Amino acid sequence: MSKKMTLHLRVWRQPNARTPGAFVTYTVKDVSPDMSLLELLDVLNEQLIKQGELPVEFDSDCREGICGTCGFLVNGVAHGPKRGRTACQQYVRDFKDGETVTLEPFRAKAFPVIKDLVVDRSAFDRIIAAGGYISVNTGSAPDANSIPIPKDIAEQAFDAAACIGCGACVAACPNASASLFVSAKIAHLALLPQGQPERIRRVLRMVEQMDREGFGDCSNHGECEAVCPKSISIKTIALMRREYLRALWSR
Amino acid sequence: MAVAMKLDSKAPGGPLESKWTRHKNQLKLVSPTNKRKYTILVVGTGLAGASAAASLAELGYNVKAFCIQDSPRRAHSIAAQGGINAAKNYKNDGDSVWRLFYDTIKGGDYRAREANVYRLAELSVNIIDQCVAQGVPFAREYGGLLDTRSFGGALVERTFYARGQTGQQLLLGAYSAMMRQVDAGRVALYPRREMLDLVVINGQARGIVCRNLITGELEPYVGDAVVLCTGGYGNAYFLATYAKNSNATAIWRCHKRGALFANPCFTQIHPTCIPVTGDYQSKLTLMSESLRNDGRVWVPKKKGDTRPPNEIPEDERDYFLERKYPSYGNLAPRDIASRAVKAVCDEGRGVGASGRAVYLDFSDTIREKGIDYIKEQYGNLFEMYQHITGEDPYKVPMRIYPAIHYTMGGLWVDYNLMSTIPGLFVLGEANFSDHGANRLGASALMQGLADGYFIIPYTIGDYFANTTLPKVTTDHSAFKDSLAEVHQWLTKLLSIQGEKTVLELHRELGMILWDYVGMARNAQGLQTAIEKIRKLREEFWNNLRIPGDANMLNKNLEMAGRVADFMELGELMAIDALHREESCGAHFREEYQTPDGEALRNDERFCYVAAWEYTGDISKPELHTEPLQFEFVTPTVRSYK
Repeated sequence: MSKKMTLHLRVWRQPNARTPGAFVTYTVKDVSPDMSLLELLDVLNEQLIKQGELPVEFDSDCREGICGTCGFLVNGVAHGPKRGRTACQQYVRDFKDGETVTLEPFRAKAFPVIKDLVVDRSAFDRIIAAGGYISVNTGSAPDANSIPIPKDIAEQAFDAAACIGCGACVAACPNASASLFVSAKIAHLALLPQGQPERIRRVLRMVEQMDREGFGDCSNHGECEAVCPKSISIKTIALMRREYLRALWSR
Repeated sequence: MAVAMKLDSKAPGGPLESKWTRHKNQLKLVSPTNKRKYTILVVGTGLAGASAAASLAELGYNVKAFCIQDSPRRAHSIAAQGGINAAKNYKNDGDSVWRLFYDTIKGGDYRAREANVYRLAELSVNIIDQCVAQGVPFAREYGGLLDTRSFGGALVERTFYARGQTGQQLLLGAYSAMMRQVDAGRVALYPRREMLDLVVINGQARGIVCRNLITGELEPYVGDAVVLCTGGYGNAYFLATYAKNSNATAIWRCHKRGALFANPCFTQIHPTCIPVTGDYQSKLTLMSESLRNDGRVWVPKKKGDTRPPNEIPEDERDYFLERKYPSYGNLAPRDIASRAVKAVCDEGRGVGASGRAVYLDFSDTIREKGIDYIKEQYGNLFEMYQHITGEDPYKVPMRIYPAIHYTMGGLWVDYNLMSTIPGLFVLGEANFSDHGANRLGASALMQGLADGYFIIPYTIGDYFANTTLPKVTTDHSAFKDSLAEVHQWLTKLLSIQGEKTVLELHRELGMILWDYVGMARNAQGLQTAIEKIRKLREEFWNNLRIPGDANMLNKNLEMAGRVADFMELGELMAIDALHREESCGAHFREEYQTPDGEALRNDERFCYVAAWEYTGDISKPELHTEPLQFEFVTPTVRSYK
């Protein structure tokens, strides 16, 4: 068994959207290095409850990096120090014994803070509702093998479809742009033959909705790609731009 | 325990192959103009809920969709890894609807309805078509056509997959179909809502009461039918592969309002999960069954052999699944593989620091097919394993151990997926319907989507066409009573102000259930479990401490409500397991086994669905039975040898 560790957690505490927040530092002693960062927060919360204080609220669900529920800034980095992972996949062993770790919510105008580390990302759902689908009613589909799709195209579409909608890309972007999220969905559907009929309408409506939600513009910083837990490539943003220009011309 | 209520499965008679078609032809229809007059409340937005909400809205119904997550895209269906079965026979390896039906009935150890299972197999092919049309990026071969692989309990390759993220891709397909209906104004979305009660008026399900998880407000919603798609109850065990928010509260509240709960003791244990490492652990992570296509399961032949795996020579290894089940080998079904793993660990041949693990070794496949093959097939799973354990499974065999993964039991439903409360439909893992006593791998996704896309759109119309639904509003006394009861219950939880946290009490419940209502059960242990759960429930209601209040985002309060329900459901699971004096599928009673340790069914006494009625006293539920008739297959000893 590896040696126990002590970590200091400097956590953003904010009771609700209307009240200003502040950092509070807590210490958690004798924790196993194999514990996940969210389990460390569980332990801290148990301590706080026993002391009669309010626990730190944070969102989490699957705790295996696929649902996209968790996410906050860890020492200023969305999800934390280990790249290509979500907050639930960061471990105590990824930090130094005695280190002070700062945890704060994703910061973006379009992601208002609800409480502590919990933010409202419903803007993403509204962007998908604007066009992130192929319009096919249940029961009207042809046989699945009637449309062959080259393996490499299917794989590229998959790489984009792997987005978990966590919002780290927005939090990492200096402009709080949602371009990586939106382009991932546009790329997924534009690459596939099934996505062709609605290609123009889709990109126009989704981009328009993204602007309406108050996300900033993309200026090619590339921070989004760096923190994306599913390593979605910034090339999808280039694809989205081409799609958008093409759509404008053909309108 | 008397058998009073007559459970009518409404399963149609006649030839198996045409049951569903004939049934559909006999169902009444609602005209397009009239569909707009009905409001359907869909609770839960996983595969079953999202597919139902989308399909019902496409037909013209008004749908309100509720979920506890911040977005409907996050439901736990998203974590399903390996694949989805469908009898397409694209591989030309002899698959057919009949074979998928037969494998599922046999896999469930002859404790499911023939008519339901056949329909599921029949609809499986339509699901793949639907999902591909939505843009789900399934794995493909170089020719551009769909690829398939093998899964446990089958000798054909009928499992369609999207890397190790099949559930995610299918859910995003269903979610996007639903979001299209949100855009069309036919689905209204209510995220961060938790259903805390069912409102029954004149014996019909007419609404729900939810808690708004951000403001804490209690909100009543009226509907003409309620469609529950809230998943399974495996989190009763605390440590499970379920998401942290998965819970039984919605189905349990409906049970307490009169819906019968079927086969609660049928809980599935998945053989290949990452073993527990410490007492702080919050959940267990599955390693997909698909890995058993290319990984070989083994332990050292010698007890207490602590040598590193690569120093143990071939002839000192016991590939026990291949040895015990030569025809299915490493692809033996989940219940059988789990028990075999437990048995070798009980013998003292388990590996790792705790001795509660076995190896899942890929070195032979890496040698034969190369590391790139493994990366393409299972890359994300290997990565996930490495993240959690800090070990590289390309070099060192994985260590795995069984964990709670799925619940076959759930609310009793008839062939139309309606519970014993008219107007309350139950879909997906939340119902008990299709998997009998053990579910085969890659069949959960199939069932959730069959229920949501292809069954409920037909059967709910028949209910509306045959039912008079008087107009009700939230001013009705039943809504007021329900709101008052929920409010009182929350106040009671908050007023205890004892010493123990929800997490501590939940862990204790989980230990009891795992020890006595887990992989192997016996009468004495089950009686002990019942006593211990009763005591713990008493302690819960006297010594729980919840911080904060009800008028705020308060995850401890949410968890407390869920654990309060698990404390009751846990007892019912033990009562059901105690009453079923046989072994079948995942329900293994040590007293009933063959000389070589396999499950020994008792078809004379227990060839039925056990459906429990809430009587007002948790400890005294009333048993009703639905006998299972096998017209088309003959129940035999289930052999995978």
